[in-house]
Amino acid sequence: MSRFIGLLAAAFCLAMPARAAEVSVAVAANFTAPMQKLAQVFEQETGHKALLSFGSTGNFYAQIRNGAPFHVLVAADDETPLKIEKEGLGVAGSRFTYAIGKLVLWSKQPGLVDDKGDVLRNGSFARIAIANPKLAPYGAAAVETMAKLGRLQDLTPRLVQGDNIAQTYQFIATENAQLGFVALSQVLTDGKVAQGSAWVVPSGLYAPIEQDAVLLVTGKDNVAAKALMGFLRSDRANVLIRSYGYGL
Amino acid sequence: MNFPLNRDAWEAIVLTLQLAASATAVLLVLATPLAWWLSQTRSGWRVPIGALVTLPLVLPPSVLGFYLLVAMGPHGPLGQVTQALGWGVLSFTFTGLLIGSVIFSLPFAVQPMQNAFESMGARPMEVAFSLRASPADAFFSVALPLARPGLVTAAILTFAHTVGEFGVVLMIGGNIPGKTRVVSTQIYGHVEAMEYAQAHWLAGGMVAFSFAVLLALSMVRKRARQVLL
Repeated sequence: MSRFIGLLAAAFCLAMPARAAEVSVAVAANFTAPMQKLAQVFEQETGHKALLSFGSTGNFYAQIRNGAPFHVLVAADDETPLKIEKEGLGVAGSRFTYAIGKLVLWSKQPGLVDDKGDVLRNGSFARIAIANPKLAPYGAAAVETMAKLGRLQDLTPRLVQGDNIAQTYQFIATENAQLGFVALSQVLTDGKVAQGSAWVVPSGLYAPIEQDAVLLVTGKDNVAAKALMGFLRSDRANVLIRSYGYGL
Repeated sequence: MNFPLNRDAWEAIVLTLQLAASATAVLLVLATPLAWWLSQTRSGWRVPIGALVTLPLVLPPSVLGFYLLVAMGPHGPLGQVTQALGWGVLSFTFTGLLIGSVIFSLPFAVQPMQNAFESMGARPMEVAFSLRASPADAFFSVALPLARPGLVTAAILTFAHTVGEFGVVLMIGGNIPGKTRVVSTQIYGHVEAMEYAQAHWLAGGMVAFSFAVLLALSMVRKRARQVLL
């Protein structure tokens, strides 16, 4: 009998968390749109609330090192979460890859970017935008792509750098730069490139952009933080993440 | 230990000083007549124009930077003018940064000058006119010399404020070494890249520089007061 009550209590706890908790999440700029959607579903499923802050991974790292009150870091790379774990700021063994980023060459101008990326060879444009390759994995992937195509030297004088991938997108969206490399997730709406022209860069041209999440020690005892880490690995989350143009 | 300031850092420092010097020069030319007009006019436009000049003081740089980016773009009003003149699009260029800096620092140039012109009162100019000085002559040989402390304050503040500018540069600069990567954005880049040693050298230098500027400013003001007494 007591076992039955125990089971019942356990089932009850699983079905409805005794208390809805809050988790503060630092989210890489490129994952803004999917994370907002994920947070909604997460809240519906668990009753926990995820408070999202968006920014660059490097900035978050500096803030976390200096006591920022985040519980989970959803990073744009795999190096920062690793570093955080090694430095004892993250919970050991909590790291995992939640998405693999895809790079796209995009222009707001229809027809400027062809579906083979030949525009990099013979296109006439004044500025090509990338994210700062020192800071943003998508920037590093863009540089790698241009180098593999043998175009880096020629294009370097025309490069302008956004501080992060969101700013890079802004440069192109306002047409201050005619084209540029951004995350596929930024230009997809309902699974299609919504405007302009785009070339999804073949994955062989750059090292995979593995985006990892890590549970921070500040979130070790936070129910909502742990639930979110589990949720990000769930099938439902994975389907959603893929629909935004990420691989897994 | 490596030498703390590498070539990139020096490049950024030189560029920052060039930008600040150019912005100061442009603003002394633009802001002097504007400040004079604001101090003398009885027009109904005085108050709205004065508010407009002060606007960059209260607007966050992200607002200014965003509007500048849109305005300078190929479809923006500024971009269309510059393209028609054959100058191309000015975002991501030194000229673009200069325009941004001039707008950003405008109140820091206008207000000290305006105060100086106003505190001078009407009397010196009346005397000059009674001695049959032309308006231009009176302005250059009476008003400007009397307002000199205000001009010096305006120049120092503009220079320092441009050196300390960050948000606008970040929004319209594009981080191009030697062209648009100034010290403040360089520091930010170092911090984000977790290169804290380099960040410390530049950031510490910035603190020392700003302190020295404010010290110089208060010395200028003290001397001006003594001269007036």
